[in-house]
Amino acid sequence: MIKLKELSEKQDLLAGGHRLCAGCTASIIMRQLMLASDYDMIFTSSTGCLEVATSIYPYTAWKTPFFHSAFENSAATTAGIESMFQSLKRQGKIPKDRQIKFVAIGGDGGTYDIGLQALSGALERGHDFMYVCYDNEAYMNTGIQRSSATPMGASTTTCPAGTCMPGKKQRRKDLTAIVAAHNIPYLAQASPSHYRDLMEKVRKAFSIEGPKFMNIIAPCHRGWRTKIDEGIKLARLAVETCFWPLYEIEEGKVNITYKPKEKLPLTDWLKMQGRFAHLFSPGNQHIIDTLQAQVNKDWESLLERESKK
Amino acid sequence: MRKKVAMTGNIAVANAMRQINPDVCAAYPITPSTEIMQQFATFKSNGKVDTELVTVESEHSAMSACIGAAAAGGRVMTATSANGLALMWEMLYIASGNRVPIVMTVVNRALSAPINIHADHSDSMGARDSGWIQIYCENAQETYDSLIQATRISEAKNVRLPVMVCMDGFIISHSIENIELFEDEEVKRFIGEYIPLYPLLDTKNPVTYGPLDLQDYYSEHKRQQDEAMFHAGDVILRTGEAFEKFSGRGYGYFETHCMEDAEIAVLALGSAAGTVRTVVNELRGKGVMAGSIKLRVFRPFPAKELADAISHLKALAVLDRCDSFGAFGGPVFSEVRSCLYDRPVRPHVTSYIYGLGGRDLGLDKVQEVFNDLKRIVDTGHVDKLATFLTVRE
Ligand SMILES: Cc1ncc(C[n+]2csc(CCOP(=O)(O)OP(=O)(O)O)c2C)c(N)n1
Repeated sequence: MIKLKELSEKQDLLAGGHRLCAGCTASIIMRQLMLASDYDMIFTSSTGCLEVATSIYPYTAWKTPFFHSAFENSAATTAGIESMFQSLKRQGKIPKDRQIKFVAIGGDGGTYDIGLQALSGALERGHDFMYVCYDNEAYMNTGIQRSSATPMGASTTTCPAGTCMPGKKQRRKDLTAIVAAHNIPYLAQASPSHYRDLMEKVRKAFSIEGPKFMNIIAPCHRGWRTKIDEGIKLARLAVETCFWPLYEIEEGKVNITYKPKEKLPLTDWLKMQGRFAHLFSPGNQHIIDTLQAQVNKDWESLLERESKK
Repeated sequence: MRKKVAMTGNIAVANAMRQINPDVCAAYPITPSTEIMQQFATFKSNGKVDTELVTVESEHSAMSACIGAAAAGGRVMTATSANGLALMWEMLYIASGNRVPIVMTVVNRALSAPINIHADHSDSMGARDSGWIQIYCENAQETYDSLIQATRISEAKNVRLPVMVCMDGFIISHSIENIELFEDEEVKRFIGEYIPLYPLLDTKNPVTYGPLDLQDYYSEHKRQQDEAMFHAGDVILRTGEAFEKFSGRGYGYFETHCMEDAEIAVLALGSAAGTVRTVVNELRGKGVMAGSIKLRVFRPFPAKELADAISHLKALAVLDRCDSFGAFGGPVFSEVRSCLYDRPVRPHVTSYIYGLGGRDLGLDKVQEVFNDLKRIVDTGHVDKLATFLTVRE
């Protein structure tokens, strides 16, 4: 059980004073994750907003060991750290009962795109670690360029909505499904709006040996062109519209951890975001229709996968 | 009891690795270095090493995992060649910049395109500014010996830098030589226990590696890295001396042959050095004042010591198994020539690019180079600064 009172008494392992934007959900996600755990943890992060803003020499916000190496190799870096741990343990240089949780973090760029190979490799090799993708749906650190996680129709700096092009043409990649195809013991989608769900997933993941994966939606007001204080609301709407279903796959079994009582129309979420503003102009309704149809289809297929268990 | 055993360069490397017994190895196959990891995997499979072998999905991940493992706090080794080293390029700088000790065998091979799997220094020469110590070896024994020394050099407290031990693909990696293997215990004693510095696994004392380092600190950190390279020079010499006591084989920055009274000489790295020495011996038999230098340590570059050893010459040729396209001569040539600039007396220095993509360097070709040097001394004039040797023009 996640108890707010208990959490409020725990030490924050990500110190305040870091330089993420006010209203950034990446740090909220990290703090939820860290608060969920009672284990010693070692983190790596790919290059991106979170890393750049939390570790600016001579300062660091990390009260745990932290390693930023490069953009595409968070999974490979953690694989190395974890391998050293296993080696030293096997050789008796570290006590046999010593427990450390290894967490590799990446943005969507560092995970869906440039880091996909390293992630896939580390999952396949079966390292005992958890990979966490905070998915803000674009390369935010370098100025809001599209990634393969950017939804269709979104305007970014490399697929700007113009007079001829209505934002990103392609639909987003279903990374969670790609990870599921690795047949790892545990993976989940989560949202900081549903923090109990997120934290329970972290706890479950940490109780399982082997590779684990969490994909967490991370609204970004700079990139999504929204109000500064609406990050959590946007995360909630992503869930309530079924754009970002909360589910887990444990040993191949799909379990939807939250089902909206009433699935809200996607436009409730879209209309809050400047990156989709052009979709509401005349002539672009079909893009909204396509997006809604995709969400419906994906949700139906998820329900079906769940029913098969 | 030490044993003399016939084995290829690659197997000698694998044996050095077995005796060093690193805590983690992460590697990816590429010709001609593949056999090292295959042999090492066999050692692992039969319980001869304690190593955690990480069979990664690319060389980029190999180096990334090595860096993570080294920062975690233990001994780390790997091996690669050519395209594999090129794919690691980004990570080479991250390894040295984080000051993590890693020892990597580079089995030198040509870079694509066109694809070619044979000996060529274009791979490691491309990494010469990456902050790695670079040691070039003439034969399997030297490679074996150098790996054992490299472990100590890399881990020295005032160095903490990664080391590349380079040997020529196929020419050394796949040729069988009689090499002397130490006893496992001797190697263990020589390299000593690994002493971790700021290990990530020490969660009680959390450290951050790889923060954003801006205008206010980056220069100082790079300056410290340069200082570490400077210390490495000294540590390399001391380690070479200690190794001599222990093995009878001494190692320094470079090795000279008939240099005291030489008037003309050829400088080369790696397996070519033996060919050059043979020609020098022939020429000495004919009364020609020839000599040769085998440069072993290219990073840190032993500028002063090398200049002391060669400035008395009348003419010197530098052989490069690698071109630096658009420069005026090969990379080793440029630095050797440059280190002589401040000497009041200095030889003419010319550049020869040879042996690309594994092309053989015959005795006749080295003889040609010495003929050129003689002509330069006789005429006092250099006709051609940079020449392609072993090529059809
Ligand atoms: C090899 C390499 N290519 C490009 C970059 C430039 N770069 C740094 S961060 C970044 C985008 C990060 O995007 P994402 O992973 O989505 O994280 P975010 O910044 O959105 O949190 C890019 C393109 C880099 N550092 N390294």
